[in-house]
Amino acid sequence: MSTITNISLEEHFLDLYRKNSSDIADNSAPLMNSFRENAIARLEELKFPLNGNEAYKYADIGSVFKQDLVKTFASQKISFNIREIFHCDVPDLNTEPLLLVNGRFYNNGLKYKKLPGGIIAGSLLQAANDYPEIVEKHYGRYAGESEDGLVALNTAFAQDGIFIYAPPGARMEEPVQIVNIMISEKGLMAQHRNLFVAAEGAELNVVICDHTLSAHSFLTNSVNEVYAGKGSQVNLTKIQNEHNGSSQITHSYYHQEGDSNLVSNIISLHGGFIRNNVNVKLNGEHAENHSTGLYLSDQGQYIDNFVFIDHASPNCFSNQLYKGVLDDTARGAFTGRILVRRDAQKTNAYQSNNNMLLTNNAKIYSRPQLEIYADDVKCSHGSTVGQLDENALFYLRSRGINYREARLMMMFAFAHDVIQNIKVMSLRNRIDDLVNKRLRGELSRCNNCSLQCG
Amino acid sequence: MLVIKNLRVSIDNQEILKGIDLEVNAGEVHAIMGPNGSGKSTLASVLAGRDLYQITSGKVLYKGEDLLEKSPEERAKEGLFLGFQYPIEIPGVSMANFMRTAMNEIRKYKGLEPLTSSEFLKKMREKKDLIEISSSLTNRSVNEGFSGGEKKKNEIFQMAMFEPELAILDETDSGLDIDALRIVARGVNNMKSPLNSTIVITHYQRLLEYIVPDFVHVLYNGRIVKSGGKDLALLLEEKGYEWVRSESVNM
Ligand SMILES: Nc1ncnc2c1ncn2[C@@H]1O[C@H](COP(=O)(O)OP(=O)(O)OP(=O)(O)O)[C@@H](O)[C@H]1O
Ligand SMILES: [Mg+2]
Repeated sequence: MSTITNISLEEHFLDLYRKNSSDIADNSAPLMNSFRENAIARLEELKFPLNGNEAYKYADIGSVFKQDLVKTFASQKISFNIREIFHCDVPDLNTEPLLLVNGRFYNNGLKYKKLPGGIIAGSLLQAANDYPEIVEKHYGRYAGESEDGLVALNTAFAQDGIFIYAPPGARMEEPVQIVNIMISEKGLMAQHRNLFVAAEGAELNVVICDHTLSAHSFLTNSVNEVYAGKGSQVNLTKIQNEHNGSSQITHSYYHQEGDSNLVSNIISLHGGFIRNNVNVKLNGEHAENHSTGLYLSDQGQYIDNFVFIDHASPNCFSNQLYKGVLDDTARGAFTGRILVRRDAQKTNAYQSNNNMLLTNNAKIYSRPQLEIYADDVKCSHGSTVGQLDENALFYLRSRGINYREARLMMMFAFAHDVIQNIKVMSLRNRIDDLVNKRLRGELSRCNNCSLQCG
Repeated sequence: MLVIKNLRVSIDNQEILKGIDLEVNAGEVHAIMGPNGSGKSTLASVLAGRDLYQITSGKVLYKGEDLLEKSPEERAKEGLFLGFQYPIEIPGVSMANFMRTAMNEIRKYKGLEPLTSSEFLKKMREKKDLIEISSSLTNRSVNEGFSGGEKKKNEIFQMAMFEPELAILDETDSGLDIDALRIVARGVNNMKSPLNSTIVITHYQRLLEYIVPDFVHVLYNGRIVKSGGKDLALLLEEKGYEWVRSESVNM
């Protein structure tokens, strides 16, 4: 394999594609394969978002992709019993999780999980063959128009992922949990693709947990496409807990029809390099979107959230709330872009990004980007960067609470209103607990499912 | 209980307390009065352990030990309580969680078992009734959105919960309505014992009708320029601080 340093990233990946195209296709579904050639052409045209790319201004994509990592396309035989090293039991969330191991659906005897109301969850590769009419209608439709070379890269290489479908009017009590595991004997890159579809009036709750189970370098470049049909209610929570040698880029595309309500929470507990792209299209009247995020970063971690809300219809509502605590030499970025199209009258769009820096070496770049073409619009944005409030800290201490505990109480309080956005109560309590542990430094950085320690 | 000797305190190289001497014995109530900006809150904050100030000279003994080298939390655990002139709002930290954490930290320090939920709630209820503070306040975040008077009442509620040995109340009476004033006084008098001491900082003689001080001190421009019995407060009310100033010049 050629070292990437001597050639351009595009050349490396185009070459990789050509050499492995039959392996890629043989271990995926024809429907997914039909998108690849086009995606390769797109990648050649768009290129990697390197230096000078405005959207990735602070993210060093070059270094992330130049790592010497194994990329495999044949179905891996995993030679260990995953159950032995990994067991995820969330109290109150007593569903069997769906596993993605290195980007592939891990079949533990069950092809699909079938839930009440006709909800189906399983491998996207399988579903592309078994439910072609649904997959075809949505696959590549929302991420397809992306101007991001990394999305084209994913489309060219993605072979599998998770597919969830909630039929019209389906109700969902407990969320489907997806556990996304990276485990390998060598540094590895994976690119999976998830597709979640909530049909008209359906309810869909999904929790995705990202973990690294071995100490190697990992890179994930994944795409989530989510369709929220008319009047649907979609709750998505992502918990990122990977070790410091991991890099993760997640591109989420949320397509919302009229009267739909989608809540997205991204809780970034640990990770060396994290970039979360959230792209929302409000495509019908009275659609509502809540995109929130909480990041707790320390050491040399990098966390970058990029949110783009496209108000393409009138009478829609969007609210972004991102909050973070950065310690040590952690660096972070937040970009919140709101586009209100000419016809999207009576839009309500809000954004706020609040940061707490615990040291002088921690850094955050916060950028609001508002483009408003309609005239009857309510829009607001705000961004704050601060330290712990010394007066409040003194108040707590003057009552007998020691310094460390007082500090934790305040950080936890700061984080709490993001957690309050989580609609599923059992999950909210669990995440409260996780965040508390994380702030106390009791959450291990790797080799553990964050949902099991407790 | 408390002995302050020649305490000098500066902030940004500007001297605010210019040699304070004060002795408070167990069982006593002291009132400190004085014009705006004279250094009353500075004194209270220094005693509670706020590290914003430079202590340039002097000594403070509390229960026979050097107070100034202790952290704010240690002081609280040793039974010192400051009722803030401007209580801080702490959004996201619930009153109950805050009080319970503090309470149990103090108990741990004293070698006591933490309170169980029901013991804690019982105590809360008892003190809430005493101070007549409503549950709608104690169910919220610390001081968040409380009115001025509610914040002051909340300070007294906390005092009642922690049962301190030395309470320093910094203008707890300002902004209180007449009923609340009585309740605050009741809270203080309720605690009164031969073992406990109180320092009330106030601008108003009115409070001292309810909480009768053993001593009244006038803090003026960083110094205690006059001390006396409870009648001194009446005299001040009548003659104003101008009178103290001319007196102190004559001293
Ligand atoms: N953090 C600070 N920075 C600068 N000056 C300060 C600070 N804190 C207090 N001071 C000054 O110290 C002096 C004493 O203030 P202090 O708050 O102790 O007065 P006070 O007697 O409590 O007044 P009041 O009756 O208005 O409450 C004032 O001149 C004040 O401006
Ligand atoms: Mg004052």
